[in-house]
Amino acid sequence: MKVIEARRIEPLLESFFAITVGLLAGSIFMAAFGYNPILGYFVLFNGGFGDLSKILESLAYAMPIIITGASFTISARSGVFNLGLEGQAYLGAIGAVYIAGTFHLPPVIHIAAATVFGMLLGALWSLPAAILKIWKGVSEIISTIMLNWIAYYLTIYIAIDLLADPETPHKTISALPSARYIRLTPRSTLTAGIFIALAFCVLIYFLLWHTAVGFELRLAGTNPDAALYAGVDPKKVTLISFILSGLGAGLAGTIQVIGRPPGWCLYTNLGNVLMVGYDGISVALMGRNHPIGCIVSAFFYGGLLNGSRLMESRVGIYSELARALIGIIIMIIAIPELMNIIKRRLK
Amino acid sequence: MRGIKISAQKGRIIILAVFLLVLVLMYLQHKFGLRVIGLIEAGLYSTTLLTFVAVGECINEKAGVINIGLEGILTLSAIVGTYGAEVFENGVAGLLIGMLTGASIGFLLGILATYGMADQVIAGLAINLFAIGFGPYLLMALWHIAGIHVLSRELMLPRMATPLGYISPLTVVAIVIAILAQLFLDKTLYGLRIKVAGEKPEAVDVAGIRVDRLRIFTSTLGGALCGLGGAYLPLCWFGSLVKEVSAGRGFIALSCVVFGGLEPVLAFLAATIFGFAEGFGYWISITPGIKEIVPVYFIHMTPYIITLIVVTSVIGKKRFPKALGRPYIRE
Repeated sequence: MKVIEARRIEPLLESFFAITVGLLAGSIFMAAFGYNPILGYFVLFNGGFGDLSKILESLAYAMPIIITGASFTISARSGVFNLGLEGQAYLGAIGAVYIAGTFHLPPVIHIAAATVFGMLLGALWSLPAAILKIWKGVSEIISTIMLNWIAYYLTIYIAIDLLADPETPHKTISALPSARYIRLTPRSTLTAGIFIALAFCVLIYFLLWHTAVGFELRLAGTNPDAALYAGVDPKKVTLISFILSGLGAGLAGTIQVIGRPPGWCLYTNLGNVLMVGYDGISVALMGRNHPIGCIVSAFFYGGLLNGSRLMESRVGIYSELARALIGIIIMIIAIPELMNIIKRRLK
Repeated sequence: MRGIKISAQKGRIIILAVFLLVLVLMYLQHKFGLRVIGLIEAGLYSTTLLTFVAVGECINEKAGVINIGLEGILTLSAIVGTYGAEVFENGVAGLLIGMLTGASIGFLLGILATYGMADQVIAGLAINLFAIGFGPYLLMALWHIAGIHVLSRELMLPRMATPLGYISPLTVVAIVIAILAQLFLDKTLYGLRIKVAGEKPEAVDVAGIRVDRLRIFTSTLGGALCGLGGAYLPLCWFGSLVKEVSAGRGFIALSCVVFGGLEPVLAFLAATIFGFAEGFGYWISITPGIKEIVPVYFIHMTPYIITLIVVTSVIGKKRFPKALGRPYIRE
């Protein structure tokens, strides 16, 4: 029993250690440019978690990256690095704009149609990378990044030339009221999309740990040779993993359009979906590639993103610092040996 | 020089590509009166950058370390290099500082990969994620701008007037570095050690050579060349700085490495193809008669699409070092 407990707690401790180091590094970055780190962090965390409405707003920020985090978890668990979540989310967002903004459907059906279409477009955009990997063995690290850039320009083109709002050209047409997720509170931008996000996480957890397909995916991820021996088709694993994570990325893009007031649209510089995919990768790595861990780390990350706006306006420390902190945290997590070295020193 | 033999199939692909390119160019020149010199200029600028990054990464991967953080190194060294150039009021100093920035990140990755036993892909990814946040933070903290920072003209390195148009002297440097790197890998004892460290690290270790130091050295070298490329972006090419300054070029350089099968000279060849693909886009986007027909977004896509196609067409025929990406544990 004790062994199991230690195994469960250790990743948690590692994440906490990494976060501490990340925050320390961040205070150096603040101090280096003449800001007061203590004040900066106080405003940052107060802005992210200070009271109920701020926590709800942080949850709204966490909503899309919970989904992309869980999506990356699927791909990382099955040994496939889908760095293309970003581009798949763009496509999902533009798909949601198309269905939510141009069709007239009954309320619930409209939301469902827009969500499903966005997810399908996300999955569709994940297919080229999957096919290239299966067919030719092209590394998904290169192909997905190339596809992200292609998706970036393609989506901007569609947003500006085909779906732009004639009155305010810096955004696309807005989702019709029948296609919007319900706002949960008047004090924050949190919508019912958060339930979709949490449900998606639970679904992924169930799929990975309680179904035969999930077992095959995880086996192929941890031990490809054993998976081959057990008759798991690596091509099938790649395809399933890409499609599932693409569906998730598409969902995240969709949620950013029809689940985030006040715009209910896609800005033509893609401002409101940019980084959703890359942030999801950070969330998954911080959450140790576990859907439930993703929820926790996405909440933390959402709080940082939300609080960093306040930090920028109150103390003048630029909000981009939040992402730099996350980068340091991921770097520390990437070093398994570091914890062992520290443990040896402590003994 | 076993490495630089070009297989018959690749030879055919290259000849076909060049032939098609010439046909397209002749047609475009005939129809729209394009300036070929402009294309060569734009193509060589991009080629130079990709060559710096790809050659460094070739050596690094030969030793068994894979660095997918090149994209992040490009961004950070472009920003720090520009800042250095402004502090010292000298463009060359800026290049050196960019190199130093890249080298220190490469050194860090080398340490993580050897002593930290890090998953190199995740560590590289972490560098990229860090740069995505820290790059814009630096831009804001140093110049208080969220958009574009334009360098003063005095800091830009001079361009050489040649029959092929105005060319950066660093283009020549890049070609020389590619050839030197190939000779270094194929003709020197140190190059041999690097290659063995990537294939069979135990063998180098048994011979009394420290695999960890070798890999940290190549990682630092790769980082330095990438950092030089990063500083080259604003100081020799764009003359300005935005947060998306690298625009996926780190990954295009990785594709060059894959295309070249880790041989620096072949990687340079790949850089030429990808570089001219990008140059072609620039060139079209300023040419009257074409820019009105083709939406600019599709022109921006071309380098990425061509990279995908080219990588797909050569992959699977390459052999990579056995110990690539794996930490070496001494028994």
